[in-house]
Amino acid sequence: MLFNYQEFLDGIDREAYHAGEWRWEEDGYTVTRTYTYSAPGCHTSCGVLMYTKNGKLEKIEGDPLDPCANGRLCMRCLNLEEGVNYADRPKWPLKRVGARGENKWERISWEEALDTIAEWIRVNIDEAGFGRESIFVNHGTGRNISSWVPFLGGACLGTPNIGAIGSSGYSCYLPRTCGTAASIGDFPIVDASEGHADRYANPEWVRPDVVVIWGCEPLKSNADGYLGHWLVACMQQGTQFISIDPQLTWWGAHAAYWLPLRPATDMAIALAWLHVIMYEELEDREFVDLWCAYYDELKAYVEPFTPEWAGKICELDPELIRESARFYAAAERAAIQWGLAFDTQNDSIQLCQTVSNLMSITGNIDKPGTNLLVRNGFEINPGYATAQLYCPPETFAKKLTVDVTHPGYVHFIGMADCDAVNHAFETGEPYPMKMFWSQGANAITCTGNAAPRIYQMLENVEFCVVADPYLTPTAVAFADIFLPLKTTAERDSMRVWWTPLRAMKAVSEWYEAKSDEELIVALGNKMNPELFQKRWPTLEALLQDYLDTGFNIVDPETGKSYKSAGRSKAGMVEVPDAHTDFWKKHHEDGTCSFQSLVEDKCCYEYDDFCATYYKYEKGMLRADGTPGFATPSGRIELVPFATFGAWGIDPWPKHHESIHSVKWLEDPEFRAEYPFICVNGSRSYEFFHSENRQQATMREFHPDPIVKVSAQTAEEYDIHEGDWIWLENSEGRCRQKAHIDPTLNPNYVYAEHGWWYPEQEPAFPNLFGMWDVNINNLTASYETGPGGIGCPFKSIVCKIYKCAPDNMAPTPGEVVTQQGGFRNDYVAGEPYAYGQEDSWQERMKRGAEA
Amino acid sequence: MKGILINYEFCTGCHSCEVACKKHLELPAGEFGIKLSETGPFEYAGKTGADHWEWTYLPVMTKACDMCEDRTAKGKLPMCVQHCQAWCMYYGEVEDLAKKMDGSSRCALFTR
Repeated sequence: MLFNYQEFLDGIDREAYHAGEWRWEEDGYTVTRTYTYSAPGCHTSCGVLMYTKNGKLEKIEGDPLDPCANGRLCMRCLNLEEGVNYADRPKWPLKRVGARGENKWERISWEEALDTIAEWIRVNIDEAGFGRESIFVNHGTGRNISSWVPFLGGACLGTPNIGAIGSSGYSCYLPRTCGTAASIGDFPIVDASEGHADRYANPEWVRPDVVVIWGCEPLKSNADGYLGHWLVACMQQGTQFISIDPQLTWWGAHAAYWLPLRPATDMAIALAWLHVIMYEELEDREFVDLWCAYYDELKAYVEPFTPEWAGKICELDPELIRESARFYAAAERAAIQWGLAFDTQNDSIQLCQTVSNLMSITGNIDKPGTNLLVRNGFEINPGYATAQLYCPPETFAKKLTVDVTHPGYVHFIGMADCDAVNHAFETGEPYPMKMFWSQGANAITCTGNAAPRIYQMLENVEFCVVADPYLTPTAVAFADIFLPLKTTAERDSMRVWWTPLRAMKAVSEWYEAKSDEELIVALGNKMNPELFQKRWPTLEALLQDYLDTGFNIVDPETGKSYKSAGRSKAGMVEVPDAHTDFWKKHHEDGTCSFQSLVEDKCCYEYDDFCATYYKYEKGMLRADGTPGFATPSGRIELVPFATFGAWGIDPWPKHHESIHSVKWLEDPEFRAEYPFICVNGSRSYEFFHSENRQQATMREFHPDPIVKVSAQTAEEYDIHEGDWIWLENSEGRCRQKAHIDPTLNPNYVYAEHGWWYPEQEPAFPNLFGMWDVNINNLTASYETGPGGIGCPFKSIVCKIYKCAPDNMAPTPGEVVTQQGGFRNDYVAGEPYAYGQEDSWQERMKRGAEA
Repeated sequence: MKGILINYEFCTGCHSCEVACKKHLELPAGEFGIKLSETGPFEYAGKTGADHWEWTYLPVMTKACDMCEDRTAKGKLPMCVQHCQAWCMYYGEVEDLAKKMDGSSRCALFTR
């Protein structure tokens, strides 16, 4: 083994990298040691050295003294300078002067922009007899949006309706957090010693024996606040891998087992693995006896789910399922790394819960080299809870909840229900949506399933504000007011996604752009001055309160503390002390400030929680301090009767095919029309969702969207490498550039998302070329799994044909922006024009599914 | 003589070395100081597990590479080595790097 962490640490010339200094002068540059987050960003936050001259970012490199990434940096951050200094980046607030989509703007001041927004809300919402719930606030991902944008929605605008438009079934990350919360009470991530500042040299840490990479490509996505390449360090130290993925990834090619399942049939493998482990008695008996509940009930339930049963559903050899289950279970230390595929299927929340059971029954919880239970550093937990805390309770009670489209379903999460939001925009029921606020999001290019449908919903919205570092397709299509935001290089901010607490220190300026935090302070003091003058009159006060309370309430007059009342509940509850652990640790030593975090701690500090193993034995997980897990019973609830029961979700996991899958599997005519399963949302190193397309160097490596086709498909359709092909189904069409993948199953094609061409004509119908290549022309809203969670948009069906002169017109941009869309027969609540008879709900009613 | 050892068994093809180098040498589009090569993916008949697939990336150092003379003179790592996400690149004296190769995984040793 060549990898030697201690040798790396010993070999670094710490003086050359100015150890202990947060800022210095070098060769005519000012160098700042800090972290990046966003924008542009991703889910992680790596230590960097930013080189500036005269307030301008000139270059960046990774910081070898940072324990999170050890100086290693991805191509996007290495190229940050091109994103920050992009010539066409908006410099000041803009007011639309032409029609929507004409891309005609007029420069205005921040004062005029905020006055216009405040006045519009006063006249058209407050005095017109509407409630603030008629404002929808849309956020993106990969930046500290979950701290800031919901807070802005609740505290500045007073609306409870905050979320991601078109993200049916909350199908990004939330199913994983809720599925594990139900059983374990906490969230598990693979232990690559990321909880410790001394990382791979930590004496307690042991590398995993086996890691299962399941439904994700962590090298490219870095999901879950997790740096995917940590797993390569584990591989070098001897970890073996299992890849569960319909396509061959780098992991599959390096794995002991690759299980190329049919897309969105992961539940069948999970149930079959449980079957093998339980009936071959491969479980960790001691852990199960001491810490788990309902083992016997679960074992009885999984009895019929043999590898032979699963093999038929997944189109896999049953022996491969059986052997891989044994390999996972036999490992002394094993862990599962999962990804977005878990969220993008009907089985979503039950799948997440079921796979968490695989971690639990094998005892792979919170011991070194397994799945580590993690929380945000220092219990700093701003997010949706803050929207609930500061939105007036009577308005919060009107939040758009899951029962709008699924009568009887229970709403149990912080976001507004994505399909209920769609429903309100489409029908005006239960009340009309008047205003759309989008911040750090590019919905029609990226997140929004059924993007042409989202466009129809929003094209006539009465008022729209878009806040973003770049003028995006979403801004050109809808914005009445555009607010320029800062990038990571210009903002003072912090993040606590697991550990350590990290600070982003501003190093450069960009004209009149404001950070998300500065926008909150400015807007809050305009819209809600009583609260903001008291709590957050300035940026400094806001950052300090983030560290002190995470935006909870500590009343200085009474000394009483309050937190949000809980998931999706309005108002507050009294708690003993709402201060964060950071305040408790540092308020007396004088280092409890942003400035100290930056200057004295070089922008990071690890907390104890994520650094501690076996927390359930130590009373660290339960509010009452007793040993056990943060579940109603204190045990891991392998059948989540209590929590799923409260959420109205069947505690017994079942596999539900999507409408498209049912038709594709059972209707030969449909399959002849749409021969391919179109897996979409493939990640690449060059881009994070719809970001980074402005950067010439990223586009040098990856100029156009790529759709992967098999060698057999290429031959059948006479497709050559680099040919443009159309992908089409009942919802619409788009074109991408073919790459021939000899390892791909001929039944599948793999498409990319988030594409636009910032260098192209912004105005309609072109809209930066976005509609022409948008895979969400083919996806649908309103199809969700149990509990209204999960949406099968990642595995739809399509046909393909080569782009040719006689099939280019009309372009998707013309269809969507000039001809009323691909469809004009949408029915609120229904994904397709096929009707609902093939939905899992209807199939269960008539006994077609168990 | 200085060299760069690439333990390419673990190279993921992430492009960090290429971009780190391009930015440092200020190379225009199409020019590289280090350039990734890709072999595979293809299958070996009759082999199983991790031996079944060949899918290998190997960054190749070009004529433009000066092993970051200016950086190493100050005690810093070459840009490609410092930023290698897969942790598969090492810089040092060729004799030391040759000794580091232990036969446990595939390596290539580059010099100018």
